[in-house]
Amino acid sequence: MSKALLAVHDLTVRFGGLTALSGVTFAVEHGAVHGLIGPNGAGKTTAFNLISGMTSQTSGSVALAGAPLDGLPTYMRTARGLARTFQNIRMFRNMSALENVMAGAHLRTHERFRDILLRLPAFRAQETRAVARAREILDFVGLAHQAERPGGDLSYGEQRRLEIARALASEPKLLMLDEPAAGMNPSEKIDLIDLIGRLRARGLTLLLVEHDMHFVMKLCDRITVLNFGAKIAEGSPVDVRSDPTVIEAYLGSKSVRRPGAGA
Amino acid sequence: MTHALDNFLFTYQSLIYALGINSLLALSMYVVLAIGQLSLGQAAFMGLGAYASALLTAKFAIPFPLALIAAAAVPALLAFVIGAPTLRLSGVYLAIATIGVGEVLRIFYLNWDYAGGALGLNGIPEEAGFVWIFGVLAVALAGFAAIARSRIGRAMEAIRADEAAAGVMGVNLPVYKLAALVVSAAVAGVAGAFNAHVSSFIGPNEYGFDAAVTILSFALLGGIGSPFGPVLGALVLTALPEVLRPLHDYRLVINGLIIVCVVIFLPGGLLPWRLSRIGAPR
Repeated sequence: MSKALLAVHDLTVRFGGLTALSGVTFAVEHGAVHGLIGPNGAGKTTAFNLISGMTSQTSGSVALAGAPLDGLPTYMRTARGLARTFQNIRMFRNMSALENVMAGAHLRTHERFRDILLRLPAFRAQETRAVARAREILDFVGLAHQAERPGGDLSYGEQRRLEIARALASEPKLLMLDEPAAGMNPSEKIDLIDLIGRLRARGLTLLLVEHDMHFVMKLCDRITVLNFGAKIAEGSPVDVRSDPTVIEAYLGSKSVRRPGAGA
Repeated sequence: MTHALDNFLFTYQSLIYALGINSLLALSMYVVLAIGQLSLGQAAFMGLGAYASALLTAKFAIPFPLALIAAAAVPALLAFVIGAPTLRLSGVYLAIATIGVGEVLRIFYLNWDYAGGALGLNGIPEEAGFVWIFGVLAVALAGFAAIARSRIGRAMEAIRADEAAAGVMGVNLPVYKLAALVVSAAVAGVAGAFNAHVSSFIGPNEYGFDAAVTILSFALLGGIGSPFGPVLGALVLTALPEVLRPLHDYRLVINGLIIVCVVIFLPGGLLPWRLSRIGAPR
């Protein structure tokens, strides 16, 4: 085994008679931006749910930094350094943007029960520090001016960035983004590409599911392609783009026979 | 001046006690609702606190403060035992399980001759007064407000907003849900002990399903954005039947109507204001 940050091995899940994911194996290297792509229903979000612990696998394993995560509930995986966003945004809608990010920092905020009840200086110091830290993260994703607004009142693109901020607050080793550019306009997408570049510059490893091919090809070092729950290709963006099985999965078999389409 | 106050207190004593006790019950409901769970066992927890403390003071002459501790501990223990398996389930399962617990307890008191059976328990010393009830209410209210404005309060609201997402943020869901139920049972138990020790008599039918729904209506009427909402709801719903005394027979009808109206016209309750979850100046 190489020293990959995330190692997914032979991951399989069946829902009744449907095999949503079958024997998928891939590894995400430290500091990489790894793309997970495939047509609709290929199993990308299912893979995310299995890795983050929201669904349990039928067989196979997931390991983070060499330690297996299998059977652990979501909150323990977060403690091990995993964080994610959701395809259909799951904001804490009534909480302000600042509170959302502070809720994301749950595991990084240490307050003793007695200090909370009596509002002792130790508690106040923790809260002050947590507020400052959350503001820093909001500023990093460009939402400093929206800190006091309820998360549910932000625009779609802003909610996507707030979800990233909330995930960052848990100080993850691996950040998983499920269709971060979905529903964004071109200028929001440019901002997002910039944000992901800055995340990477901080040394964060990213795994992302995305439909926008331009976006994926531009950002990812390595891409895993799923179709019908199985891995059909893996490699650099250039390799994947010219892979005949990938083109067939996306466009149908006729296009493969077009002159010049092959590798 | 003092004399006038004494007169007022004497005339409305039982109403004033009920205001405090129902406010505590509303707070016990708030703790569970604040994490998005629904318990219909608050009346049962209250009854358990009432019986546990009343047996200790009436039969064994145990000092009231000690009986009060038992009134918190016994329902908390029961909540712990039933919570561990039921909280793993989601949605209405906790509500159904707690209704079941309430009925089991009611029938148990009914047939337990030592505790008076169907006749109820008599001769409970009237030791819980104004200071006890409103002192504990003030402490509980301040405690819940402090908890709301902390890491714990943020996690609780996150669970209510989106349980799965809160789990992904690192919130230990089983511990939070169990703790909320246990604390809620303890508070309801203390309210039960006060109820027993201001009236000198308790009966098995005081803590049934009707009472559970009334307690739920306190919290829903008041709103659960802060611990103050449920207390306001309890005060309004407790005072209302006295204000509308001519309609006394229709009290439950009005209760129901008010809940329906609040759900339709004031989905956030009478006090929809939401307490900030941050315990430091921003």
